[in-house]
Amino acid sequence: MILDGKCPSGPLHEKWDRRKQELRLVGPVNKRQYKIIVVGAGLAGASAAATLGELGCNVEAFCYQDSPRRGHSIAAQGGINAAKNYPNDGDSIFRLFYDTLKGGDFRAREANVYRLSMVSNNIIDQCVAQGVPFARDYAGYLDNRSFGGAQVSRTFYARGQTGQQLLLGAYSALMRQVRSGTVTIHPRMEMLDLVIVDGDAKGITVRDLVSGDIKCHAADAVCLCTGGYANVFHLSTNAMGSNVTAAFRAYKKGALFANPCFTQIHPTCIPVSGEHQSKLTLMSESLRNDGRVWVPKNKGDKRLPSEIPEAERDYYLERKYPGFGNLTPRDIASRAAKDVCDEGRGVGPGGYGVYLDFEDAIGRLGENTIRERYGNLFEMYERITGEDAYKRPMRIYPAPHYAMGGLWVDYNLQSNIPGLFVLGEANFSDHGANRLGASALMQGLADGYFIIPYTISDYLARTKPGVVNTGHAEFRRSIEDMNASVKKLLSINGRRTVNEFHRELGRIMWDYVGMSRSEDGLKKALSIIPGLRAEFMEDVKIPGSGMDLNQELEKAGRVADFLEFAELMAQDALHRNESCGGHFRVEHQMPDGEAKRDDENFRYVAAWEFKGINKEPGLHKEPLSFENVKPAVRSYK
Amino acid sequence: MNLNLFVWRQKRTDEKGAMERYEAKDISPEMSFLEMLDMVNEGLIKKGMEPIAFDHDCREGICGMCSQVINGIPHGPKEKTTTCQLHMRNFRDGDTIYIEPFRAKAFPVIKDLIIDRSALDRIIQAGGYISAHTGGVPDANAVLIPKEDAETAMDAAECIGCGACVAACPNGSAMLFTAAKVSHLAVLPQGKIEAARRVCVMTEEMLNEGFGNCGNHYECRAACPKGIEVKFIAKLNREYIKAQIGMK
Repeated sequence: MILDGKCPSGPLHEKWDRRKQELRLVGPVNKRQYKIIVVGAGLAGASAAATLGELGCNVEAFCYQDSPRRGHSIAAQGGINAAKNYPNDGDSIFRLFYDTLKGGDFRAREANVYRLSMVSNNIIDQCVAQGVPFARDYAGYLDNRSFGGAQVSRTFYARGQTGQQLLLGAYSALMRQVRSGTVTIHPRMEMLDLVIVDGDAKGITVRDLVSGDIKCHAADAVCLCTGGYANVFHLSTNAMGSNVTAAFRAYKKGALFANPCFTQIHPTCIPVSGEHQSKLTLMSESLRNDGRVWVPKNKGDKRLPSEIPEAERDYYLERKYPGFGNLTPRDIASRAAKDVCDEGRGVGPGGYGVYLDFEDAIGRLGENTIRERYGNLFEMYERITGEDAYKRPMRIYPAPHYAMGGLWVDYNLQSNIPGLFVLGEANFSDHGANRLGASALMQGLADGYFIIPYTISDYLARTKPGVVNTGHAEFRRSIEDMNASVKKLLSINGRRTVNEFHRELGRIMWDYVGMSRSEDGLKKALSIIPGLRAEFMEDVKIPGSGMDLNQELEKAGRVADFLEFAELMAQDALHRNESCGGHFRVEHQMPDGEAKRDDENFRYVAAWEFKGINKEPGLHKEPLSFENVKPAVRSYK
Repeated sequence: MNLNLFVWRQKRTDEKGAMERYEAKDISPEMSFLEMLDMVNEGLIKKGMEPIAFDHDCREGICGMCSQVINGIPHGPKEKTTTCQLHMRNFRDGDTIYIEPFRAKAFPVIKDLIIDRSALDRIIQAGGYISAHTGGVPDANAVLIPKEDAETAMDAAECIGCGACVAACPNGSAMLFTAAKVSHLAVLPQGKIEAARRVCVMTEEMLNEGFGNCGNHYECRAACPKGIEVKFIAKLNREYIKAQIGMK
């Protein structure tokens, strides 16, 4: 099947306005008759739930955390992009659009990315109005910093906690709606199933993580804002609870999963310290504004960094990419770090690390300026490693961070299942094969504040409110199915813990479906994963019962889904026989080791259809056409 | 290193709990405190016992989910550090460590170390926001904010809503939490319009939820992983008095 993204016609800058004209509205009196389910309370979920509540819809918002203030958007550090051009350094909506499209290696839709760039400016206005305390200059104007993949300063920030401040802004708007009675919050609830009635998404089945009850909720439309799946790698910068379950269960109910192999490995994370490691901590990419990345020129150089003279250091990013230097996009910086470590020039225990050195910046700007800019990051580094980065360079190494892939959506953010909308990281739409820094916050809030309110009303206007309730046979069946799957997990009573399986899966994914991928490696992954999955279903041990707060059971459900999803990811990576953005196939590289794209054969979105466990998924293609830019070789030299 | 742990175990809210003893063996100083607990839990699971339930999520000190009292101090001995960011190099071989949930009248225990902090959400619901609708707002640079004010607002806005201030307070007061939000918004021109109403309704909600009042012990500041200053409590009091006497 050839998929249609349903982008509006007309010139690029008129497309969104045209679409807004085409979309139907629901009158204010009728809005309150519609119920909308929003799953997830990060930036996309909180902003969507708050805004839909403001417009008068009845919103039921679900999250697995104890409060909607804790979605993992909160951990985003560096900033949020917008095309305001306040610094007068040559930025524009078109330039942000072009940078984002190029950063994604021309694997995203033009119309979506242009709309994202357009509304980026509204987001900053909105956040300031909510009281987000962005950094300012001495005249009281908003300050900007630069980020990877751009030659302008367009990133707005609030110290090293931009995600926190934006999320708390959206959370406060959400709390205001809870008070006014339009939104009901359901914390400590995990979505287990999507319920489809006569082809349309009409509700979800959730497990109450405190009582263990499995219950249904019916609605007129469902929005999934459930984030990404980087935890398929076990060790990632995601929160411990971040998972693919909601998106994957929707996939198993017929929603198409697009470009699952497009995952981002972030270049600046604190290296692994041992087997016990449970997660990896990111150090904001903004550090690359002032930090210089280097390794010793000689293999196996064990001297302290301060003892290695300038002439024996290799500032490899500055050397290889003089145009962007330390600010090359993430995929390029990550691969370059892996390359020098694979050559045996890595630093720190195990040799999997590179230096991020602030000595020059401290010399130039003084320690105080550096402290003002990155103080909290230096503190965090010290807490985790016990080292003082003002005195010796940080050690960093790439780690899985973000999922560009996600559920397939059209221009209206609607999946192929009518009534199922997907927002933020959970969808695939805007970042192509690689996301630029400070663009995830932008997309989450664009989707939630400024896009879904328009597009969902078009669906609602075509739908009679409240036709389905949880008494419907589909809901009863879903509850039975979910109870059965929980019971099955608990009955295994094997010998190995959930974490042991997750760690093993993570190792397979990192080795064969990680930063560089080969046909042999991917085939190997595809041959091992089903065995591990079978072993999990025979040998996992989950103590306790289903009718209680049971964190091992929660984890087991998530890891079971990762074990299935991992195969889809490897399948997609094997099929995409080209290199692009974060997807690097060793068979396809330029003589200098850069990614070699194949526009003739792979200029499309790969959207996969579930055909059953242990069955090959079906591939559907959405061709990508570029009418306003010419896909060029992505060069940052 | 090897450690002796005493951990609060409680099956559910309405059942009695007790401290139970566990051994943590071969702990690396590079581990985080929660990774140490993960290891203890792996051992319990293998023995067919129920692992210790504790809240955690981001494990990088920002989501505010982790909530343990370690040796009598919320988030443990290291200053300005959440439980998840506390590392085992802060302990010594042979140490005995007592681990309990955040305790307060307004924070019922759900299970083991997990508590119900929804009361904090309800304080925000009462008025911890600027009532700006989505859309129709002025350009972000239309209202200038002095850098010092933006910095002060940010100092207060750094609160992660973990509730350590409540657990540390002899009165179980949520004054620092409430004051942080009141101050963050009252400092900004956008937030001044609703400041008087906000401080009154948030304070009232705080008391309704069963939190105590401030007795100037400043234990909250000592426990706060983000170092939120008690000067914001003074700011709340000023804002409250101003609101009561109708001053703008």
